[in-house]
Amino acid sequence: MAVKDAGRAARPGERAPASRAPASRAPAREPERPERRADPAELIQLLTPEGERVEHPDYPLEISAAEVKALYRDLVIVRRIDFEAIALQRQGELGIWASLLGQEAAQVGSGRALGPRDMAFPTYREHGVAWCRGLDPVKLLELFRGVSHGGWDPTEHNFHLYTIVIGSQTLHATGYAMGIQRDGAVGDDGEAVIAYFGDGATSQGDVNEAFIWASVNNAPIVFFCQNNQWAISEPLERQTRTPLFQRANGFGFPGVRVDGNDVLACLAVTRKAMQAAREGQGPTLIEAFTYRMGAHTTTDDPTRYRLSAELESWKLKDPIERVKQYLIRTEQAEMTFFDEVEAEAAAVGSRVRAACLQMPDPPPTSMFDDVLTTQTTQLATERAGFAAYLDSFAAQEPVLAEEGR
Amino acid sequence: MTTLTLSRALNEGLRKALEANAKALIMGEDVGKLGGVFRVTDGLQKDFGEARVIDTPLAESGIIGTAIGLALRGYRPICEIQFDGFIFPAFDQIVSQLAKMRYRSRGAVKLPIVVRVPFGGGIGAVEHHSESPEALFAHTPGLRVISCGDPADAYTMIQQAASSDDPVLFFEPKRRYWDKAEVDTEGGLAAALPMDSARVLVEGSDLTLLCYGPMVRTCAEAAVAAASDGRSLEVIDLRSLAPLDVETIFASVRKTGRCVVVHEAVVTGGLGAEIAAQVTQECFYSLEAPVLRVGAYTTPYPPSRLEEHYLPDLDRILDAVDRSFGY
Ligand SMILES: Cc1ncc(C[n+]2csc(CCOP(=O)(O)OP(=O)(O)O)c2C)c(N)n1
Ligand SMILES: [Mg+2]
Repeated sequence: MAVKDAGRAARPGERAPASRAPASRAPAREPERPERRADPAELIQLLTPEGERVEHPDYPLEISAAEVKALYRDLVIVRRIDFEAIALQRQGELGIWASLLGQEAAQVGSGRALGPRDMAFPTYREHGVAWCRGLDPVKLLELFRGVSHGGWDPTEHNFHLYTIVIGSQTLHATGYAMGIQRDGAVGDDGEAVIAYFGDGATSQGDVNEAFIWASVNNAPIVFFCQNNQWAISEPLERQTRTPLFQRANGFGFPGVRVDGNDVLACLAVTRKAMQAAREGQGPTLIEAFTYRMGAHTTTDDPTRYRLSAELESWKLKDPIERVKQYLIRTEQAEMTFFDEVEAEAAAVGSRVRAACLQMPDPPPTSMFDDVLTTQTTQLATERAGFAAYLDSFAAQEPVLAEEGR
Repeated sequence: MTTLTLSRALNEGLRKALEANAKALIMGEDVGKLGGVFRVTDGLQKDFGEARVIDTPLAESGIIGTAIGLALRGYRPICEIQFDGFIFPAFDQIVSQLAKMRYRSRGAVKLPIVVRVPFGGGIGAVEHHSESPEALFAHTPGLRVISCGDPADAYTMIQQAASSDDPVLFFEPKRRYWDKAEVDTEGGLAAALPMDSARVLVEGSDLTLLCYGPMVRTCAEAAVAAASDGRSLEVIDLRSLAPLDVETIFASVRKTGRCVVVHEAVVTGGLGAEIAAQVTQECFYSLEAPVLRVGAYTTPYPPSRLEEHYLPDLDRILDAVDRSFGY
């Protein structure tokens, strides 16, 4: 278990300097925080951090060398995209970036468990899932650069828009799943939905309502919670006193906890839950136990609230390294394979970078588009007024217009 | 006098509020160890403890709902909503509960709750981080809605809000958090302008420019620019959006005969519309031109690369001033 800052426990004696009004009694808190330790008996794992393949009775996984190598390739590429985006942000090319570092296995494992007709509802951090769904990473950069609010058509890759308001998308996902039921698309060859959200999101009313709606409707949905231990600066114990996967019981559907840094386990567990949903067996909550290795976003400074020892202990559980070790140990891959993947990832990274640098700003009048299906008289008037206003700079004072940019 | 950024001035004001009343609490997401994403509550948990500066679960409805319960039990919560766009999960608690409980109890219940909201754009953020929803709350009877425009007001107004027995929505101009100015942290609140009064920031004779929050600085700059064109603008920082200090507004418009209202919020149905209606009704015979409004277009907040076009700026304000003089 990761070492946590002991300072978080209530220490009434150390609180207010004597000159201040006395602090009222702190709410009692136990020194033990069981929810931060993943009980090995409850944690589904198929690949140990050392790269050793282990079996789990409920999740037999037949997987070929080619398939494992494909997963490895995904993991490396999404990490590379993330790395490139962080660099672009540092260079002022992106406004902000939410890194997925450390969560690659949770995203690739679950993402590769989806069929083309399944629908995914992401948060703002699901770059790995986006990759698996086939969305061009450049689209993600558009959003974080401030060129669009996403702007992709969710039906193109069955990957909904990123949702920044915490938890909202879990209800949309549930409603979508209810639509699948009404379309008669449950059963043999059925469809299902996966909703992504974080540990912090589990506190939101919307998420709890989604659990209820999914449950009473027996909707074909998988709730995939990436418990990365942190919601910005707040550790898990600010959101829960019980392991998150156990919450499902109270809502009336099964919950499982999977090693979120184990791509094979994430794949197997999500596959099974999605299949159950497609067949009409209703929702499952999957808690992927993982860790946010980076800052919350590029504007965050985690040194203010967490200890580096915690980070160090999670480094030993790296989601990519264990797959590599497994492939080497079992002689399923030559060294050249790893070099090829590296080279391919670098190429993807360069392409994404170049596309970002060339990305034009949208035309200013485009902000009036798509507010409603038809342009209202009011919007048309505002747009015309704005265009004339812009033109007045261009016509009279070219220098000013430049500065106005 | 000390030089403080607006965010630091709020921090000092909050510290004073916690010292002044042992029942005062701070609650919100990341307000404790992190000190808030804008560091407004920096160091307060360390000094006042976890029982008084509370890192809440990630649930805005819960923040306001439990603040109401704490207030019913005699506490005085000062809540932080992390960004303007995230106040809506709490909208029901604010509009249906916080705003109405005093009225429903015929004055028996008071809810001394402050809801701090960093608002407005101009920081290049992703969606939901740049909105100006103040009119929705000003439209809701039972709430006081105020906004500070500079560090000195930030320091006093947050303390006044904390000592108010009414619920106060406190809108903080996030793009001005780093603005610096002199703040008197020695003098008490007694001499301070009440939080529901407007302030004549720049005296002038030709046109009244009304603003609040992030637009205060921009309007002061507009007055300087207009002066070089020989126009004397009177700039009024409204400070209170509900109730409006209409006496100050009317007196100025009767003097100048012209009025332009500036806010970052969408013009349609915004504060400017309310002010224009009231000014037209009460100052009709003094007006040389219709009341004009400068603000955002009737679209959702655009991607940040377009926000400079969306938000009012010096040029758009001066353009409105020109139009007013064109009548
Ligand atoms: C309704 C709402 N409130 C607050 C925020 C600000 N915010 C953005 S991310 C975040 C923490 C989310 O934590 P978690 O759900 O664990 O997801 P993670 O970022 O760790 O992936 C917060 C509070 C928000 N986006 N939406
Ligand atoms: Mg988290």
